[in-house]
Amino acid sequence: MEHKHVKRVDLIFEKVECREILEKIVKMEPDAICQEVLESDLKGRGGAGFPTGMKWRFAANETGSIKYIVCNADEGEPGTFKDREILDQVPGKVFCGMAIASRAVGAKKGYVYLRGEYKFLIPRLNEELIKFHQMMDEFNHNFRIQIRLGSGAYICGEESALFESIEGRRGEPRNKPPYPTSIGLFGKPTAINNVETLVHAVVIIKYGASHFKELGTKDSRGSKVFSVSGDTPKSGIFELELGMSVNEFVEEFGDGDTKAVQVGGASGFCVPRKRFEETIIGFEGVPTGGSMKLFNSTRSMYNVLHNYLDFFTEESCGQCTPCRVGCQQLLKGVEAVKRGDKNSKYLDELVKLAKTMKRASKCGLGQSVGNAFGSIVENFKEEIIY
Amino acid sequence: MVSLSINGMLVKVPKGTTVLDAAKKQNFRIPTLCHHDDLCVAGNCRVCVVEQLGGKALLAACATPVSEGMQILTNSLKVRSARKHVIELLLSEHNADCTKCYKNGMCELQNLSNEFCVGDHLFLELIDLKNYTIDRFSPSIQKDDSKCIRCQRCVRTCEELQGVNALTVAHKGENQKISTFEDLSMAEVICTNCGQCINRCPTGALVERTYLDEVWDAILDPKKHVVVQTAPAVRVGLGEELGFEPGSRVTGKMVSALKRLGFDSVLDTDFSADLTIMEEGTELLTRLKKALVDKDPTVALPMTTSCSPGWIKFIEHSFPEYLPNVSTCKSPQQMFGALAKTYYSQVRKLEPKDVVSVSIMPCTAKKYEANRPEMRSSGYKDVDYVLTTRELARMIKQAGIDFNKLKEDKYDSLMGVSTGAGVIFGATGGVMEAALRTAYEIITGREVPFENLNITAVRGMEGVRVASVQIEECKEEWSFLNGVELKCAVAHGLVNARKLMNAVKSGELEVHFIEVMACPGGCLGGGGQPIPTNEKIRKKRTEAIYAEDMSMKIRKSHENPEIIRIYKEFLGEPLGHKSHELLHTHYTKRVRY
Ligand SMILES: Cc1cc2nc3c(=O)[nH]c(=O)nc-3n(C[C@H](O)[C@H](O)[C@H](O)COP(=O)(O)O)c2cc1C
Ligand code: SF4
Repeated sequence: MEHKHVKRVDLIFEKVECREILEKIVKMEPDAICQEVLESDLKGRGGAGFPTGMKWRFAANETGSIKYIVCNADEGEPGTFKDREILDQVPGKVFCGMAIASRAVGAKKGYVYLRGEYKFLIPRLNEELIKFHQMMDEFNHNFRIQIRLGSGAYICGEESALFESIEGRRGEPRNKPPYPTSIGLFGKPTAINNVETLVHAVVIIKYGASHFKELGTKDSRGSKVFSVSGDTPKSGIFELELGMSVNEFVEEFGDGDTKAVQVGGASGFCVPRKRFEETIIGFEGVPTGGSMKLFNSTRSMYNVLHNYLDFFTEESCGQCTPCRVGCQQLLKGVEAVKRGDKNSKYLDELVKLAKTMKRASKCGLGQSVGNAFGSIVENFKEEIIY
Repeated sequence: MVSLSINGMLVKVPKGTTVLDAAKKQNFRIPTLCHHDDLCVAGNCRVCVVEQLGGKALLAACATPVSEGMQILTNSLKVRSARKHVIELLLSEHNADCTKCYKNGMCELQNLSNEFCVGDHLFLELIDLKNYTIDRFSPSIQKDDSKCIRCQRCVRTCEELQGVNALTVAHKGENQKISTFEDLSMAEVICTNCGQCINRCPTGALVERTYLDEVWDAILDPKKHVVVQTAPAVRVGLGEELGFEPGSRVTGKMVSALKRLGFDSVLDTDFSADLTIMEEGTELLTRLKKALVDKDPTVALPMTTSCSPGWIKFIEHSFPEYLPNVSTCKSPQQMFGALAKTYYSQVRKLEPKDVVSVSIMPCTAKKYEANRPEMRSSGYKDVDYVLTTRELARMIKQAGIDFNKLKEDKYDSLMGVSTGAGVIFGATGGVMEAALRTAYEIITGREVPFENLNITAVRGMEGVRVASVQIEECKEEWSFLNGVELKCAVAHGLVNARKLMNAVKSGELEVHFIEVMACPGGCLGGGGQPIPTNEKIRKKRTEAIYAEDMSMKIRKSHENPEIIRIYKEFLGEPLGHKSHELLHTHYTKRVRY
């Protein structure tokens, strides 16, 4: 296993002349763009970690003249706040990434689905968008971007629910297959990417896939923007090379008393101290959309778990049984155990239920509730019961 | 073709087939709740999850298309455990007081719970009945959220089949519920009372408002004379509730059962359907005359039918500007009701106040219709109680009548004689066909130029159908119609009615006469008909309706001897003074929100 130390990187927030990138891509064959991104091994930064080059190629291979690029800026995962910073610091780069995708896929229209609470960014984004559209005209590249605001539902960050929301309907996830690359927004082939993923694409086009691959590990190439919060003297946003262990991360960001790190927000995993050393932050270990929350010994892990379950109970879209009712059962269940109304064996039933939720839920939300639940209950059983 | 294996057995199915249907082909039934043949795939209840060898997550069989080489397990350990969990979860948020439920014994959740022997109460009871009140404001539909399993079948029905969108999903997470605009009662929103949602609700969350006790009380009251009328579609549906195959015609047995139940007179809505044809046909011809001869620009054409109360409420809300186009004729049920307490009472020498008029309908909107303030032209409530086909079946069961063994009986007379034209009112296109049979003959003196009087162009399951009849060699007084091509359009299911009306509105479609029935397939697919329903069942009922028509001696409304008699003895002539008073009505413009 290649171990890396915590290494700061400055690629995402680096100011880049978008004009140069655009000049480059209009001369590139669409497939060459897909190929370059594919070779970089870039994986989506929104959480699921799907290879971006592959996603673009799937969409590119679809016939039909109408296709869409969507930038997922819903950033709803608790503890994640890096997309906001990216959109604030380098909005041009995000649009540029969408232009690259549009060229690769053959899309003429793009949407940015912006978290409702980030409304304050709109004037700044619009200003940048005017410049961007002018540049598009200059390069004769037929691509227009429109910004759409979310209304505060976490589920609307899930790609198919996000499409429903843009289309003017209730944000409920769709069945998959079909996947967005074949039937996405307005029923058309769509490439949807996280804000950060799109900026990485700019980096890749600028410096080349091989340069991008110099950072990170075999399974997790490049760097990642982390949102660090919790019991840390250094909360904030940090771009770090991928591949470090939780231990290395904690050495850098901990307060000396870290007992657990929640990697990947409410839908991620809780790593206890005894696993710090062996756990890699990345697709080979615990993946994260960016959220890193540190807990020290003053924290009750029962409260932490309760908080996450509360979140899911409210934020489940409510359409499918395992998630809608399962979340409530987990929440009420740990409460009952805490109160002593149910004995500790009941936790085993709940762990089984969480497994069913993982297997049988319709979308990623319900499927990932078991991550936090399983890892916290497994590692902090005493704190949950007593 | 795609080959895959289901529980180790190979099966070949066409591309695009779902795992659910592929399994069915291998005789493996996978349980479902949110799935319904009439509706788009939802994939939200997750009862139908199956395992794909090599896959991590389970798949919803109803929502997953087959792929080559797929190996599916429908009863693996993982599947069984997940399925049981899902059923347990649904029960944990369900008001499972089954013995007190109207749908006891007919509930899909209850069936699943039985099959999987859940009852261990693995999980905590989540439901708190204090937070629920049953919505009983509508005279047609009763909504009890405490029984709802959020499968959204009703929502999809209301949107996809009816285009009404009275029911919708509100809120999220634990608060998610099936709601109406501003959470108002069903009586206060754009609900048309069609009851299609009831037909597709797997549990007791949506049921008809029942008036069984009231009807029993009337029957058992010696001072009351209780007349009952039965709608055309009931006779081809009732059997399904009582152990017969879909498409069974049980007219004679039904009449016999009604007599045994103690109704004083068992009469037929088909009679007043024939009467409707006389009135409505004359109304159409009058409007045509005004438009073509008098060149009266105020005449509202195309004229639409008015028999379907779901359609009436729909047009009142959604196309109020077209209310003048709706025939002023009351529906056959209401014509019958008005006559029961006038003509019938007169002839039978009864005090109208002692007559209780009951109707058996395939419809829930009829309950609302009977309660409209306009429907009291006899001086009394024209129709006192409306029961659905399902309620009648329940009455028959309550009375311990062995339906299967009953001998066929005949309707009583005075308003019990009818024709094939009256019977086909129960199928989409039927009113149109019946009207054409009569109108064409009035105009030309000849029978409609179709083999066996079967106007097949207006039949069928196509959502919107357009047909025309060329009119030639008219009788003297109708000569202005010489050479006119009488154009008609038929729609069933309100989503199709909307399409049709939009086409009329945009000028894309120009016709003279429009028939709309609110329910898919017409009344035979009505919201009061036996559950389950699907296109196959509706087609069977349709065949039965047309077979019933063919079996009738008289198949044209104007030849019904009782119709001839009532005009002679009581009404005078179609659209005459008495008709206006008793058989015609008006409509109310309603808002959408
Ligand atoms: C409940 C839920 C919420 C999500 N929220 C976000 C989000 O806020 N931002 C995001 O980029 N991806 C989110 N995702 C992941 C998206 O569905 C999708 O995988 C992602 O946008 C793809 O982009 P990427 O390939 O660039 O990561 C969410 C997924 C789920 C299941
Ligand atoms: S898993 Fe949860 S959020 Fe996803 S579709 Fe089901 S209920 Fe909705």
